[in-house]
Amino acid sequence: MYNKLTKTQKTIIHILLIAGSLIMVLPFVWMILTAGKTIPETTSIPPTLLPDSFQWENFTRAWNVLPFLDFFKNTFLMIIVRVITTTVFSTMAAFALAKLEFPGKKLFFWMVLTQLMIPPQIYMTPHYLYAQNLGLLDTVAGLIMPGVVSAFGTFLLRQYYMQLPDELMEAAIIDGASIWQVFWKVYFPLAKSGIVALGIFTALNSYKSLMWPLVVNISQEKLPLSAGLALLQESFLNDYPLLMAGTVISVVPIIILYIFFQRQFEEGISTTGGK
Amino acid sequence: MTEQSTTKKFKKNKKRKSARQKDMIKWAWVLIAPTFIGLLVLNIIPVFITGVMSFQSVSTFGESLFIGFQNYIRLFQDIEFWSSLKNTLLYAFIQVPATVVIATILAVLLNSKMEGLSFYRTLYFMPMLAAPAAVAMVWRWLFNSQFGLVNQILQFFGMSGSIQWLSDPNVIIWSLIIVGIWSNIGYNMILVLAGLQEIPKTYYESATLAGANKFQQFFHISLPLLTPQLFFVVVTSLITSLQVFDLVYLMFSNTNPSLINVQTLAYMFYNESFVLGDQGYGAAIAIMLVILISILTFIQLKFQDRWVHYDI
Repeated sequence: MYNKLTKTQKTIIHILLIAGSLIMVLPFVWMILTAGKTIPETTSIPPTLLPDSFQWENFTRAWNVLPFLDFFKNTFLMIIVRVITTTVFSTMAAFALAKLEFPGKKLFFWMVLTQLMIPPQIYMTPHYLYAQNLGLLDTVAGLIMPGVVSAFGTFLLRQYYMQLPDELMEAAIIDGASIWQVFWKVYFPLAKSGIVALGIFTALNSYKSLMWPLVVNISQEKLPLSAGLALLQESFLNDYPLLMAGTVISVVPIIILYIFFQRQFEEGISTTGGK
Repeated sequence: MTEQSTTKKFKKNKKRKSARQKDMIKWAWVLIAPTFIGLLVLNIIPVFITGVMSFQSVSTFGESLFIGFQNYIRLFQDIEFWSSLKNTLLYAFIQVPATVVIATILAVLLNSKMEGLSFYRTLYFMPMLAAPAAVAMVWRWLFNSQFGLVNQILQFFGMSGSIQWLSDPNVIIWSLIIVGIWSNIGYNMILVLAGLQEIPKTYYESATLAGANKFQQFFHISLPLLTPQLFFVVVTSLITSLQVFDLVYLMFSNTNPSLINVQTLAYMFYNESFVLGDQGYGAAIAIMLVILISILTFIQLKFQDRWVHYDI
């Protein structure tokens, strides 16, 4: 693997990888091609490969039949608030768990650990009841609510802080720093890559979540993209050019983000899953 | 320094330390407070609420009545529950191993010393970025029995081009599994690749000197050293796959006559709790899901030393 490969071996690897990537990419290509077709083109046998002339109006049609701008706005708001609260709260709690001694530490750590295994379905109905009692049904605040803290994030960042030496704290305390200064000035900057990873992980998860948005919000203009797409499908079952245009609209922004931040994305995935 | 002054200094030190300890405790509580309160309110208390609800009959008006084990008894007599359980397990037990094997092969290929491989990585990662809602819609279209690309391709290669991917009761779960594999490969591949890159290159160099070929190197070096990473991937993937909901919800409409052959426990939970409004019954399903996940995770933790090598 790290020694030199012969030309034949390289060719074989390329062929295998190309075959694999075709399967991975074909659905996306077909999505874009379909988004540019007319309905008769999608239902002709044999199927047309390329659209006769690319029907851009499918995109404007999708954009106008449902409030996509609101979908984007709600998704964005949900992501921003959740990323900020989970990263800030998790990094604080994680530092305390990794570097400080205090009564209740074991109980708190146990609380965090048990939540890692529990499926979110178990919280769903109680969260719905909370939202109902707090008047948060059908609001963006209700959409955001369940994701403001993260047991997973706390656990992940604790592992990060554990790897950093305790001596940093002792030295800073001797220099007269307060606990807050030790956390904020000494350890926090060293855990940055973990925090970025958690941020990306939280953002992707919020963007993808579907069940909670379906449960808590009804009004079209209060839905995020994921639930908006579900609504599009329910309303236009077999208008595939329109459905695919809507899908393209929802996928393109995140793919552009990924192209710009590829390294952070992949590090985010591998660190949140790895250590 | 006299003995007396040393003791004095020691005492002073001790006193200062306890003040510092108090300070530390105060700060620790401040730092954990938001997460502690958040987890308590949003996670811990809801677990108990759901637990209690599973013993209640909850009407749509919010009035609840204690009915003992009736929800569970009904669950065990419900054909829909058993078929949802079967579908969930079938999905998890096929999707997870298939995804992990394919992802590992891809990661090994991508870990070769060659130019131009990062481009492939981008492509394999793409399904990870699309929301399941988008993934499900595209595949529903690809699997369309009349006009879908999949059947057209099969026909092109001379195979039967009339498979009812989304409605044939014997096929429908496999469509779900295929999409599940497709959308999870990228994620697992990145994780395995990260594990592979941590293996010291010198291992391979000395293996090559000893005359080991690529396959021997894979089975005797990469694979054993990857087992901790693979274990993590399998455990977490299984937990996620047992909760699959989005793909089922979006690929198959709730009027699909074969829905019972594909619906999962998470889907049944959603349907009972929020479509049919039977939240007590839904709570019992959620509790069963927790029990299932705990049992399967516990078994894996128990048997990990059979195949996972933490240090070699």
